[in-house]
Amino acid sequence: MAEGVIETTERIGMATSRANILRAAAVVGFFLLVSLGTYAADARYLYFSAYLWFGFVYGMSLQYGRFCMASAIRDLFAVGVPRMAVGIMIAVVLFSLVSAGVTLTGRSTFHASPIGLYSVVGGAIFGFGMVFTGGCATGSLYKTGEGSVAALLVVFSLSFAQAIFVDVGGVLDLLVPASWTASAAAKSMPAQLTATQGWYDQFLAGYIWDLKGLTVGEALGFADPVARVFIGNSLVNAILPALVLLAVIYRFYYRKGWLRKHADLPPGPAREFAGWWSMVTASRRTAVAGLVLGLAAGLQMWVMQALQQKFGIANAGELLTAMGITEGLSMQDTVFDPGYFYVTTQEAQGAAWVLAKLGMNLRDNIFFGMENGIPAPLANPVLWMSFSVIGGSMVMALLANEFKLKFPTREIALWAIGGGILMGLGSRVGLGCNIGAFFATVTNGDPSGWLFAAGMTAGGWLGVKFFNWWIERKMAKEAPLGF
Amino acid sequence: MAVKFEKLGEGTYVLDVQGYVCPHPQIYTKKALEKLKSGETLQLVFDNPSSGESIVAMCQTEGDDIVEKSQDAGRTLRWTIRKS
Repeated sequence: MAEGVIETTERIGMATSRANILRAAAVVGFFLLVSLGTYAADARYLYFSAYLWFGFVYGMSLQYGRFCMASAIRDLFAVGVPRMAVGIMIAVVLFSLVSAGVTLTGRSTFHASPIGLYSVVGGAIFGFGMVFTGGCATGSLYKTGEGSVAALLVVFSLSFAQAIFVDVGGVLDLLVPASWTASAAAKSMPAQLTATQGWYDQFLAGYIWDLKGLTVGEALGFADPVARVFIGNSLVNAILPALVLLAVIYRFYYRKGWLRKHADLPPGPAREFAGWWSMVTASRRTAVAGLVLGLAAGLQMWVMQALQQKFGIANAGELLTAMGITEGLSMQDTVFDPGYFYVTTQEAQGAAWVLAKLGMNLRDNIFFGMENGIPAPLANPVLWMSFSVIGGSMVMALLANEFKLKFPTREIALWAIGGGILMGLGSRVGLGCNIGAFFATVTNGDPSGWLFAAGMTAGGWLGVKFFNWWIERKMAKEAPLGF
Repeated sequence: MAVKFEKLGEGTYVLDVQGYVCPHPQIYTKKALEKLKSGETLQLVFDNPSSGESIVAMCQTEGDDIVEKSQDAGRTLRWTIRKS
């Protein structure tokens, strides 16, 4: 093994069994069948399949690199391991460069989020919760593909928590500032949305909609489009902050261990750079996953925009309408359709669809009723992406002999559900999760993603403190040796 | 299923965290290794592959040696770690 390269569990694993190869082939075959079958029925299902196959690639990459933002923050603070934080910074750099190129072609589907304190608060709630679940929003999807029922519980609790949170009022309404209510009332919303009732409606209409968002390239006033996207959006908003963070991580989490093994090298910038480079290349799997994710996420924006042009649409709602599927559209005849890598909102839609079938009215709020709709899962192209993230991960796990159906203990299940609920609340307050509110934003020149990351880091740090306290307390009672 | 952390013999301990997912195995491993003296070994039993990646990196940073690795057909991983 080359020095400094982290050996992976794959290398000690057994050769892939014939049964696992067949199972992996069956999963691929299933998704192929879905793609080809639906395309044969209606060529417009190509739009759905584009989401599906990008999700499949994301799932494969996430599982291969064990790519998880919960791990990035939690392992850094809990066990001093920077591996995943490094991988994510690599992905940020690459995705930002590809995004800049895609934006320059005029085929970017990205829109900047408003800048506000909500990103920090949402990130903190999300980050605190994800320490307990074992995975971020995408991490839980790929771990579901590895056979973890606990991860599936996280996905469910995150989804249902969002669906319920965006609709409830009652006691929560007491927490709404009067200024939000007044601002929401002034917007002349359709009466059926009852926009001055419900915490989340007033949060959106009375607070978020009053904020402004713009990319760094726009803020810096670059007239030249190339400078705007490559210098403003990519270099200033993504690459430089990522390099600074990599330097900080090296200084506080990697340098000491590396210097212990390389004490013979003369001090100076060359030694420090060698150590930094060793950290960046330490986990090949994570780095490769970051590279593929960055490239695929950028390419997806280009492909989705190209398909929108092909079908003459600006939103999948128009496609569904043309296909005769009108159930579940928002009052603007739209559905959630970001056109790039995203999780959580489509999962909230899936949960809302189930709750609606059980008799709940979830269409009297802005989130579902006006903005995103509640399409049936099979008529929700973005949800196809979430399903296929699980499928792609399952294929990789099977091929690496790492698939194992694991049912959680009651303790793990409670952590998963509790943490998942917090992640759901955090993702709604933050207008996205580790992907939609961080990864996809910072890489497209939107500084709001760094606010979400700051909150997520603070929440993660606090979560690790709590978790350490809880484990020590538990072991002091249960293990003769204690901890 | 409870976490098992026991002394097997002189200088040898076992930590069994089967059934636990991230972040439990790596945090328990870190805390167990903190209990050991230099040169003592920890036999770690777990079944969450992604925790393995973090444990490898943690051992590299701390200078602890993973002297043995095995994986059985049930996907259970058994590692022996010698404290630096």
